[in-house]
Amino acid sequence: MGLKIFLLIMLLMAIVWTVMTPRLLRSVVGLAAVSVILSMIMFYMDSPLAAVFELSVCAGLIPVIFFTTISFTQRVGQEELIERKKIIFRQYVYLPIILAVVAVVMLLSKPVVDFVFPTAPVVQDVRKVLWDDRHLDLLGQIIIILAGALGIVALFKETKK
Amino acid sequence: MTTDITQLIWIFMIFITLFLISGFYCMVMSFNLIRTLIGLEILIKVATLFIVLAGHVTGNTALAQALVVTLIVIEVVVMVVAGGLVLCIYRSNRTINANELVNRKG
Repeated sequence: MGLKIFLLIMLLMAIVWTVMTPRLLRSVVGLAAVSVILSMIMFYMDSPLAAVFELSVCAGLIPVIFFTTISFTQRVGQEELIERKKIIFRQYVYLPIILAVVAVVMLLSKPVVDFVFPTAPVVQDVRKVLWDDRHLDLLGQIIIILAGALGIVALFKETKK
Repeated sequence: MTTDITQLIWIFMIFITLFLISGFYCMVMSFNLIRTLIGLEILIKVATLFIVLAGHVTGNTALAQALVVTLIVIEVVVMVVAGGLVLCIYRSNRTINANELVNRKG
């Protein structure tokens, strides 16, 4: 319990840093840190396969996509960066205050919902669930990956002059 | 036992609310399209955490993991297509600031 709370606090700090840092590249690094901490939480919550997916894909692949997108855009100058820092400070200065207020209000209140947990036995093998029970999900994933690939091809199609 | 789980759920609920506020705040307050995508990514991660929590407290971690794998695959495709869209917008308008894109003809 204590370790989970420590990881959740780390996750909150990483998210706030990701949102509030003025440089986009640092923000993407923060996003990767969020994924790493989230995968640790998943591992401690008995979901090792999801943790591995989160670590490899969300902490590895998605930052690369963001880095590539940022590298194709124009570099900001020093003066523009200082101006951006001021704008971001003005935009996000209220976020820690809002978070602190909401956290205090929720800590002071008590859980209003009485949770009811299922008692029926459940399938514990993730391979069985993924391949037997949720095979329509796999079909959907294949279609979405193909749609994404076609979307990228359509977006970057060279026009004939 | 049930009290412990209720307490765990309540602590996670507090943090999940804070993460959701951060993600929405990032999406709403920023005019930079890449930063908006980062906010969306934070919201997807909150949904992932919620699914894992639900699987943990109900003991149905196998189904939760299957759903998380599906969610991660869809997340990657969404991010790739959204990144491509941002690049296309940048190529045609030389900006990724949403404020400067409001007067487009469409």
